[in-house]
Amino acid sequence: MINNLSDQDWLNDSGPEKDVILSSRIRLARNFNDFKFPNQSSKDEKDALLSEMCSKLDFLAADYKFTLMEELTENERNILQEEHLISKEHLLSPAGKALFLNNDQHISLMVNEEDHLRIQILHAGLSFEHLWEIIDQLDDQIDARLQYAFSEKWGYLTSCPTNVGTGIRVSAMCHLPALSISGRIDNILGTVGKFGLTVRGVYGEGSGSVGEIFQISNQITLGHSEHEIIENLTAIIIQIINEERKSREYLVRNNFLELKDNVNRSYGILKYAYQLSETEALKYLSRVKFGLDCNLLAEKLDNNFFSELLFKIRPAHLNYNNDLNQNNLNKKRAELIRNKL
Amino acid sequence: MLCDNCHQNEAAVHLTRIINGKKEEIHLCEECAKDNAKLNTDQNDLSVQSLLAGILNNNFGFDQTKFYQQNTLEDRQSSSEFEVCPGCGLSYQEFASKGLFGCSQCFNTFSERLDNLFKRIHGNVRHSGKKVHYLKQQEATVIEINDLKAAMEKAVAVENFEKAAELRDKIHALQKNMEADGND
Repeated sequence: MINNLSDQDWLNDSGPEKDVILSSRIRLARNFNDFKFPNQSSKDEKDALLSEMCSKLDFLAADYKFTLMEELTENERNILQEEHLISKEHLLSPAGKALFLNNDQHISLMVNEEDHLRIQILHAGLSFEHLWEIIDQLDDQIDARLQYAFSEKWGYLTSCPTNVGTGIRVSAMCHLPALSISGRIDNILGTVGKFGLTVRGVYGEGSGSVGEIFQISNQITLGHSEHEIIENLTAIIIQIINEERKSREYLVRNNFLELKDNVNRSYGILKYAYQLSETEALKYLSRVKFGLDCNLLAEKLDNNFFSELLFKIRPAHLNYNNDLNQNNLNKKRAELIRNKL
Repeated sequence: MLCDNCHQNEAAVHLTRIINGKKEEIHLCEECAKDNAKLNTDQNDLSVQSLLAGILNNNFGFDQTKFYQQNTLEDRQSSSEFEVCPGCGLSYQEFASKGLFGCSQCFNTFSERLDNLFKRIHGNVRHSGKKVHYLKQQEATVIEINDLKAAMEKAVAVENFEKAAELRDKIHALQKNMEADGND
């Protein structure tokens, strides 16, 4: 039922600042009065909220597809998660959970996740203002039909105290190869933390990241308006973009041959390997994307390859129709990449 | 030196961990080190909830041991520590261990402690940002009422009592509407 989700617009490498910012995301956490929060509610109570939402939010029917998480296979749920359309939390114990996904597949409403409702919007490149306009309007439409749990003092009431207030999480997926190579990343990411933002490697642990991809997001949700949060994050991200570009220039100027060698070797491995683990694939894909953005790559490549492959090389996507074991996954991953490059 | 874990193979990996200022040395064979790496990342994966539970349990000047020593069972049960949210049945103890509210009423039930908690997490205790629809409407009505009141006083000042009466009725109607909305 849910196939080829990767052919969606939002992940094309075509947004603003696309050489550094892969995608932008905003999500709002919302709850309703008169219903227990999902961590305290029974399956029946969750179902009651679902039917209330379906009847009151009938305006969604035209553009959104409604799916009960229980009706999907585990692999289908994993695919949605790999594409960041649902959270990890939403994968687990699917009973009573549901998803409204818009036809363009960049807006998703998770029902009975940690909160009654998580509204999320994604887009390629850096475009928070635009995303805020859309999600703010959608939020108003829901607000007019169902009563949100809200206090004048504490704002939107959420299950987790870390989301109380605006309930907003704004995040950017950043590709920072030059800052990683030059070792400046730890320092910069440490500084970012002082501004109430968090950074985490998207793949891999701690501050290190396999694909040199980092997610930067706001942490504080209470006491600042949505606009302030977005402006603050955008200002810092723009500085990170500038630093990354400066490092790229510096590296290309001073280590040209070494980098050119590294980039094209990486391309060679991807192009001719017959087995690739996810970690290995990410490492080389990141270098090839870096090479492409810095004109170091001898081959001509469609700029979309990176964002697209980031999803398609993940286990649930590779394993959509089959029951592959690890070795076969690695084989299929190599085949997919070979054909794409 | 033998592996600390399986006590069979020769240790090949030597780890030094410093947790809360305490130094600990671990010697593992290659096999066990692989497993341990996995274990370690699980341990490092401190969840938001467990961190919150730490704040909630320890940091409100509430000393659990002292509390149990100094209070009889009766005192303890009437204490706010045992308060239960009427909306969802969550007790403060459960909230503190889970780090999650159970419903919107929990915020009223546990309100006394929340400023402290939010201050720690967000550095703020007051929302500033988007408001829900009905509050925005209420605000608009309050502004309208204030405008009408000013107009009414002006009318009274120029002894236009007919107009003043008209304005007074309008104000009453708006106030009534607002009260009705508030009772929803």
